[in-house]
Amino acid sequence: MKEKLHQLKLKYQGKKMAPAFNALHTFLYTPNDTTHSGGHVRAADDLKRTMNTVIMALVPCLLFGMFNAGYQHYSAINGFPENFDLFEHFLTWDNFWLGLVTVLPLVIVSYGVGLAIEFLFAVIKGHEVEEGYLVTGMLVPLIVPVDTPLWMLAIAVAFGVVIGKEVFGGTGMNILNPALTIRAFLFFAYPTWMSGDKVWVHGAVDRAGTADAISGETVLGFLAQGNASEISYTLSDMFYGFIPGSVGETSKLLILLGALFLIFSKIASWRIMVSAVIGALTMGLIFNGVVEAGWLPEYSKFYELMSFDFWKHLLVGGLAFGIVFMATDPVTGSQTNRGKWFYGFFIGLLSVMIRVFNPGYPEGVFLAILLMNVFAPTIDHYVVRGNIKKRLKRLKTATIYPKNSDEVDSLKTETA
Amino acid sequence: MSKDIRIRKGLDINLIGAAEQTTSKAVTSNVYALNLDDFHGITPKMLLKQGEEVKAGEPLFYNKNKEEMHFVSPVSGELVEIVRGARRKILTLKILADKTQDYVINKVPDLDTAEAPAIKNFLLQCGGWPFIKQRPYDVIADPDVTPKAIFISAHATAPLAADVDYVLKDKEQELQVAITALGKLTPGKIHVSIGRSSRSPFVDIKGIELHKVSGPHPAGLVGTQINQIDPVNKGEVVWTISPQDLLILGELLLTGKFNAERTIALAGSIIKSPKYYTTKIGAEISTFLYASGVKEDRFRLINGDVLTGTKTHTEGHLGFYNNTVTAIPEGDDYDLFGWNKPIFNKVSTTRALTFSWLMPKKKYDLNTNTNGEHRAFVVTGQYEEVFPMDIYPLQLLKACMVKDLDEMEQLGLYEVAPEDFSLTEFICISKQPHQQIIREGLDLLQKELG
Repeated sequence: MKEKLHQLKLKYQGKKMAPAFNALHTFLYTPNDTTHSGGHVRAADDLKRTMNTVIMALVPCLLFGMFNAGYQHYSAINGFPENFDLFEHFLTWDNFWLGLVTVLPLVIVSYGVGLAIEFLFAVIKGHEVEEGYLVTGMLVPLIVPVDTPLWMLAIAVAFGVVIGKEVFGGTGMNILNPALTIRAFLFFAYPTWMSGDKVWVHGAVDRAGTADAISGETVLGFLAQGNASEISYTLSDMFYGFIPGSVGETSKLLILLGALFLIFSKIASWRIMVSAVIGALTMGLIFNGVVEAGWLPEYSKFYELMSFDFWKHLLVGGLAFGIVFMATDPVTGSQTNRGKWFYGFFIGLLSVMIRVFNPGYPEGVFLAILLMNVFAPTIDHYVVRGNIKKRLKRLKTATIYPKNSDEVDSLKTETA
Repeated sequence: MSKDIRIRKGLDINLIGAAEQTTSKAVTSNVYALNLDDFHGITPKMLLKQGEEVKAGEPLFYNKNKEEMHFVSPVSGELVEIVRGARRKILTLKILADKTQDYVINKVPDLDTAEAPAIKNFLLQCGGWPFIKQRPYDVIADPDVTPKAIFISAHATAPLAADVDYVLKDKEQELQVAITALGKLTPGKIHVSIGRSSRSPFVDIKGIELHKVSGPHPAGLVGTQINQIDPVNKGEVVWTISPQDLLILGELLLTGKFNAERTIALAGSIIKSPKYYTTKIGAEISTFLYASGVKEDRFRLINGDVLTGTKTHTEGHLGFYNNTVTAIPEGDDYDLFGWNKPIFNKVSTTRALTFSWLMPKKKYDLNTNTNGEHRAFVVTGQYEEVFPMDIYPLQLLKACMVKDLDEMEQLGLYEVAPEDFSLTEFICISKQPHQQIIREGLDLLQKELG
């Protein structure tokens, strides 16, 4: 097998289809490349391993999302169980099966369309297929409503990969996070499918207007409409994730575990995660303070969201998921360690701000991250400037001895 | 007064096959060779023709841009071959050695009275000058420029590198003479860095400022020490020289003889009994390689250490600046699912199913496989963990790649040499050739501004 593939690789070398073949080959076998410039040994990690680590952190969220898809669907029809039991009501075969048939197609379409475009561009441009989409392809089904039509997803993925990434030169060159570009495209192109109380539960859109109509409003949806009293979910529901929402964003426990795994494996930046949480809490505290100070009348449409306890913001919506898996994208985020603190902080801050002030759609994290993606180079610019300034300051005390060649001497006499 | 240097960021790569501290005398080599790529940026002009006789210490060629700068023959014999490459560029000079060595005896300046120009001229004429390198640009020092300081690292932290204290043992006299002479070439200080717990002969040397260094690699790289002690600013020049070359300078100044003899470490997992050998610059590596024995037939032979050395082969010759020869396995094999399975036998700074963090003391048998394909820069924040200088490594690399001279200058390219980027290159997830990028950046900067 190894030998046969090696022969095939040699056969394809220099041909147009070589990138496509190599992508499949290197998926099976780490290549036999050896060092030919600089150091003679290299560390064990490559981009595939890095991306794979992120995917491993996402798999629990995906599996949970499948169970939750079924759970929300059946609960919307039959009512939520009285005495909730994890194994009796949630981790059931029925739930999983329903989740599988609704979520798996999303995953397949996301990967299928995205990778097809990646391969196409790699073959046209003659570079290797890059691994960036492995993570993007996994993120996309996790941040869309469960019933997103597949054709819609396919168009959005095509848009996101081409405009969000390939036009800039592929993985490592893009300015905006591709997964969020896809999400933003869906949101602005098909808003009715992306918000409201019908999209978060499987089957709700189809049944709308019939006698069997069901609905599932997200916690944020209730708050945005000023119906906080109707929220039936407990805090533990929100933490464990038994609430409606995008496929992978609901379980804060699994997101937290994923975050710890990514921080421990040193793949994602803890600086961004920590500062983003601080930013979100800060904004939440400010809003709480405004409400407590009595500056906001109770009839204000922002009242419910602004009086929502500051720390609960982390438990609802996609904020936690965005902070852990999207804000930490190294390509589109800040690249300097100091810049990461500012970058993360503003993501947290803006997410909660958009969430509270945007009446149409109470989820702001994807907009906040996209906005900060745009500003990340600016942040880095000022951080690097600081380093340059330090160097210029040092230059003032530089000891430079004159060159004792004739040329310099003659120059000196001229200027003197 | 000395300033201690404690390095926190970095990575020690422990490899199998460190040289045992016993020294054998290598078999005398028949043919000696000077590889002209060792002298980066020098355009050679030959002084001898093919077939002519040469004495040890007699100039073979000079620097076209600086005629006084001579490069001398390590041995006496016949210049048997001038190997040329594309556009008749001289690649290698081969000298068939005489049975009995005949040295040029130079007239030594009196160190008590000699001024800087006399010492400079002596070193330039007698072939001692090329050992002195300068920053910026990491090239052989320009004799027209007075350096603000001279830096010597007597503490090797690179994987499998020769132990400096062992190599310098009982050589105080040569060291002192060389230091005294160098001290006259700069109004500034001579900074010497030794390991914190080392028994270095430098302790007793006068005319230096001693620094004790501790911490992981690259603590022993002279660039790291310069950055900590007295960083190079735009317009400033510092010189660096490696301690083993001080011995040659010392002997040259004591006896007038250019004695190219050097103690080198033969190391690496391929070597059966890794140890030290005394040999000469340009000697055939096979004269000592097979004395220690090799475990396999196919391997990578490196002039220098695994991070900064140059690739050579079993018919190759010891490099001009090298005091380590390393042999490690070639890694031109495929690895099934090598990108996702747990890895225990390779070094990594992440913990992405790589487990070298569990065993910091374990010694590894690394091969030359790149463990992945070349990619654009993706991951950020990793280089900083092993890069102790006050420089943004990723930004500097990118500035070099896009040839932005202003950025290169502002971000501190003057302070670095390619070897300073050997560790970031090692851990690079995108497998970018950092040292090559920096080398090209330095060359461009020198061409445009130097």
